[in-house]
Amino acid sequence: MSDMRENTLLALLLAPALLVFVAFFLLPIGRLALAAGSGPDGIMAYAAILTDARYRESLIATVLLSAGVTLATLALCAVCGLFLERNRFPGRAVLIGIMTLPLSFPGVVVGFLVIMLAGRQGLIGDLTQALTGSKLVFAYSMAGLFIGYLYFSIPRVILTVMASAEKLDRRLEEAARSLGASTFAVTRDVILPGLLPALLSSGAICFATSMGAFGTAFTLATNIDVLPMVIYTEFTLHANIAMAAALSLILGLITWAVLALARTAAGSSVAAAG
Amino acid sequence: MNRPFLFAAQLGLTLLVAAFLVIPVLMSMLAGVTVNFFQGISSGLTLRWVWRVLDLYADTLALSLGLALACLACTLVLGVPAAYALAKRPSRLTRLIEEMLVVPVAVPGLATALALLIAYGGFREFRTSAAFILVGHVLFTLPFMIRAVLAVLSSIDLKTLEEGARSLGASFPHRFFGVILPNCRSGILAGSLMVVTLSIGEFNLTWMLHTPLTKTLPVGLADSYASMRLEIGSAYTLIFFILILPLLMAMQALSRPRRRKET
Repeated sequence: MSDMRENTLLALLLAPALLVFVAFFLLPIGRLALAAGSGPDGIMAYAAILTDARYRESLIATVLLSAGVTLATLALCAVCGLFLERNRFPGRAVLIGIMTLPLSFPGVVVGFLVIMLAGRQGLIGDLTQALTGSKLVFAYSMAGLFIGYLYFSIPRVILTVMASAEKLDRRLEEAARSLGASTFAVTRDVILPGLLPALLSSGAICFATSMGAFGTAFTLATNIDVLPMVIYTEFTLHANIAMAAALSLILGLITWAVLALARTAAGSSVAAAG
Repeated sequence: MNRPFLFAAQLGLTLLVAAFLVIPVLMSMLAGVTVNFFQGISSGLTLRWVWRVLDLYADTLALSLGLALACLACTLVLGVPAAYALAKRPSRLTRLIEEMLVVPVAVPGLATALALLIAYGGFREFRTSAAFILVGHVLFTLPFMIRAVLAVLSSIDLKTLEEGARSLGASFPHRFFGVILPNCRSGILAGSLMVVTLSIGEFNLTWMLHTPLTKTLPVGLADSYASMRLEIGSAYTLIFFILILPLLMAMQALSRPRRRKET
């Protein structure tokens, strides 16, 4: 087969996927961008996320929540992932299984699990009632959302950390130790820098997923003002299509940029919006 | 710092995190078969709630399974040839195309759903059919199929395999179905499991795209959490777990031997 013919063949094989992508993603996103500018405020709808107090506050709250979840997830997963990779003990495989199983639980289900833990009839409520006499219920607030996002972030991050820990060069640590470095110094100066690319890329996935997550907030309460909930209420309750379009485009741009940045910084990774 | 203490502290934290992940799952499973969750397990066990759910929401189960299979068929037909073409010519252009095809995963489902509604919401027949949801699911899952197949195709010596087959006189369809597909079996299997799992659990897009007549399992779940008693929501979640856990476990089993081979 000639090169020319082969190129045509390859183009034909690629065409259906590209066609679906253009027709059902690129074109609709273009329409979304147009719709965003066609409201009463025109093109200024895009600026509203900064000028309108309600949108600005929800953007800040969402960024803070996502950043907090990302930091907590990375800290927990760095410790647990390193521990699980480095130690062999009975029950280890079960622990790994448990920690990676919720990988693709939908946000709605995670929201329900948070209610099981911290809701009105939840475990934490029962425990605090028995211990202190007053019931601790925080599922239907930002704290509940934090717990929920932590729940679906841990499985994603821990797999990446374990895979990266497996590839660390143990001789570097031994060298550091033989030169008199303390465990803390070895962790700070040798292990963490080695894990950094994995932490960066999985942290970016975690952050982007948290920014765009919708199901968990939807299950817990409709009055938690994270950006996806604001978009949803603008669209359904206020029929403010232009504003919903502008906000969702900005949100999409943020999550896409974070992921793209992390990919160029740390090699390839697979992302998933929850 | 002494070692046994460090080991114990790390083990403790790991156990705590594992408990955090597994306890609510077990609680919700148990709640689904408890007569009265408020009174606790002492009120007895029952399958009543499970039957109620099957009674109320059987159509959502059927739709979700149907959608997942249709989505799998679409991603196979679209994704496997695309992955082959991308693997065959690794260049800046194909790299760009690959990056582009992955964008729907990086953008929140809510945004994609709004875009689809604005662009195609006016086509009533299409808008009210399950095909509208299928489009969203295919967009969201296709990158996972392409990535999984591409990963395997990039790791095997595609060129030698194909040239061998060609020198024996095999035509392109022969080579594609007889040589290439069998060689990327593991990638197709991993991608398929991922696609089916994601499609069954997809909510962000589906909630915006569904109509009262096209409710999927997660849409029904959200509905039951909001309007039914806790036991029914739990029983419904239990059914969801029974459906999805074997898929997740198969995915885990599949990724384990491959990781060992890599090192």
